[in-house]
Amino acid sequence: MFLLRLLLKNAFRYRLRALLTMIGLVVAISAFGLLRTLVDAWYAGADATSSTRLVTRSAMSLTFPLPLNYAERIKAVDGVNGLSWANWFGGVYITERNFFVQFAVDPPSYLALYPEFVLSDEAKRAFYMDRQGCVVGRKLARKYGWKVGDAVTLRGTIYPGTWSFTVRGIYQGKDAGTDEQQMFIHWKLLAETLRARSIMSAQADYVGVYVVGIQNPDDAPVVSQRIDALFKNSLAETLTETEKAFQLGFVSMSEAILLAVQAVSFIIVLIIMAVMANTMTMTARERLAEYATLKALGFKPGFVVKLLFGESLLIALIGGGLGMALTFPLARGFVSASGNLFPIFNVSPLTMGMQLLASIVVGAVAAAWPAWKMSRIDIVQGLRHVA
Amino acid sequence: MFARRTVPLSYIARNLWVRRVTTLLTAAGMGLVVYVFATVLMMSEGIRATLVATGQADNVMVLRKGAGAEINSGIARSQASVIDSLAHIATDGVGHKMVSKEPVVLNTLPKRSNGKPSNVTVRGTSAMGLALRPQVKLVQGRMFRPGTSEIVTGKAVARGFAGAGLGETMRFAGRDWLVVGVFDATRSGFDSEVWGDADQMMQAFRRNAYSSVVFKLADASAFDQVKALLDDDPRLTLEAKRETVFYAEQSEALATFIRLLGLALSIIFSIGAVVGAMITMFASVASRIGEIGTLRALGFRRTAVLSAFLGEALLLSLVGGLMGLGAAAWMQAVQISTVNFQTFSELAFQFTLTPRIAAQSIGFALAMGLVGGFIPAWRAARMKIIDCLRQA
Repeated sequence: MFLLRLLLKNAFRYRLRALLTMIGLVVAISAFGLLRTLVDAWYAGADATSSTRLVTRSAMSLTFPLPLNYAERIKAVDGVNGLSWANWFGGVYITERNFFVQFAVDPPSYLALYPEFVLSDEAKRAFYMDRQGCVVGRKLARKYGWKVGDAVTLRGTIYPGTWSFTVRGIYQGKDAGTDEQQMFIHWKLLAETLRARSIMSAQADYVGVYVVGIQNPDDAPVVSQRIDALFKNSLAETLTETEKAFQLGFVSMSEAILLAVQAVSFIIVLIIMAVMANTMTMTARERLAEYATLKALGFKPGFVVKLLFGESLLIALIGGGLGMALTFPLARGFVSASGNLFPIFNVSPLTMGMQLLASIVVGAVAAAWPAWKMSRIDIVQGLRHVA
Repeated sequence: MFARRTVPLSYIARNLWVRRVTTLLTAAGMGLVVYVFATVLMMSEGIRATLVATGQADNVMVLRKGAGAEINSGIARSQASVIDSLAHIATDGVGHKMVSKEPVVLNTLPKRSNGKPSNVTVRGTSAMGLALRPQVKLVQGRMFRPGTSEIVTGKAVARGFAGAGLGETMRFAGRDWLVVGVFDATRSGFDSEVWGDADQMMQAFRRNAYSSVVFKLADASAFDQVKALLDDDPRLTLEAKRETVFYAEQSEALATFIRLLGLALSIIFSIGAVVGAMITMFASVASRIGEIGTLRALGFRRTAVLSAFLGEALLLSLVGGLMGLGAAAWMQAVQISTVNFQTFSELAFQFTLTPRIAAQSIGFALAMGLVGGFIPAWRAARMKIIDCLRQA
């Protein structure tokens, strides 16, 4: 108890310095947390996947569609218990800045495969009945102020022209990990519109990807192989993988940026380590005489070491704790500022653990050198320093 | 006694040297911030420079209206031949029109290093396509022969993707393609592409439409005229852009994203470094109260004391800035590649340090020093001579 009071008194002896160091720590630890959450957000798409869903795409690349007649053949594959398909629509809402995901899907089979998109039966029926209809996520609807019955107009980039849809339902996510910023439209509308246009009619009966539901997650490799074997050496060979692998494929494309963000998140810890080490070095230098006195009074060198480490850790933990607390409002602010870029942005327990660990490491490293030096001071020399 | 105007620089520098460890730690903190700041600007500049170098000022790129990227675009053969017949197209030495009709597709291929798949742009072109891009030069092997399954690969693809080196074969679209040449596109976006015969590519990928048509203007100033001609033709739903403008737009989103992310980070990080500088300068002032009093008693004015401490803070930050910039300069040797979200394909680029970025980085460091040093220096300058000397 006495030690703790001494530590507190020591830590705040130069109030300004302690305050500045803590401000630095708060900034660094919250920035560290925010960056790690940013990296997590990138992987969020892969985390929200289901192990009972496979994605079948063209072996060449995602930009090559697959013929619709594959649907019946995939359905017949042993182990498959559900099938749907989706086309990336790539429409622009007013300007390019308003980016959100739109899929043209076969609604009944698609929603059956994605139980995490929760929609009332009434809304489902309304959507199935209206070929011009669309379903949007709750967050997306809130962002643009859409209500059921509103018209949403998109400008096509892949499918040229102006497309108008009526909102027939607003879905909710089953849990916090579900993306509530997607929009679904009828694949049939797309196909029929394309067929009516002479120049793109060849693309009408093609789908972007097939989503395959399987009974048993353990069957994923076998079923994938069966599906791909079916279309081997055909004009459109397929590549089937788990939904997670499919999503991770996207993440790995921006791996270079992710690595940079991760590296930078550690640099901020290094910066604050330098600042903190500076504070502790200065503190130790100023208290040379005190430590010499303590030693002269009979305290062991270990006590001085304890004092320095204790003080450093105390400052680091207070600053780090405040930084951790500040991460949450910062994360919320970041989400609203970045628009729809990151549908899922949650500070994970692991991130908080790493923040705590970073604070402790900063505190410990900062005290190491001064503590070592102070434990070895010569009493006579230290006392002479007073004069 | 005369009032001295300035405290000598050597006094300032020696103060920093006396407290080496503190100076070094503070400068290192600032150096890291400057390093992040400079690296991010270099990255953004590298992407921009790569894509801007991809376009030629007198080339025109024609895409389907609203497509934005070559991948989304489609130009039917009949439309392409309308463009072909434009009078404004330049001719080469033997009278051929300098126009190239190109199918462009994305192909997911495994990387050489870890086998992970990434998207490569595969372009069907011709000898004329090569002539239209004077920055592209074959450095190994030869050009592909028309009508064969031969390809040439860009330098970055040859290095980064499995089977893309000279003499190797790549398998895609149901065929084995023999790499007969590697080209260097002098750090432009073409370094990340694979080129083959246009007709062969269309057959293999089962496309019946081109993605883009590129031609060279006989007179670069005739662009507006050509654009108006194409816009007014009812047979076409196409959009013509200068190639330089087209590629600059392709780099915009990624370069802006990285720059904004980096600047936001740098500003947050700089708070940490400024705090460090402030702590150091406050301590520097506190430990030299007696000296300050002596200086004032000797006739140095308050402004001289202020500028001496500010000078010390600026010198400190300059050391940090140079350290950070020096470390960042090494990054120029690193070549990285990432997927450009706008084209959805892999783009290799290099960190590019320009004099402007160097100046901005040093300016940023000095600004941190100024902000961190001002309050301590202000406090030092406002102290009374008597108090200072009494305390000493």
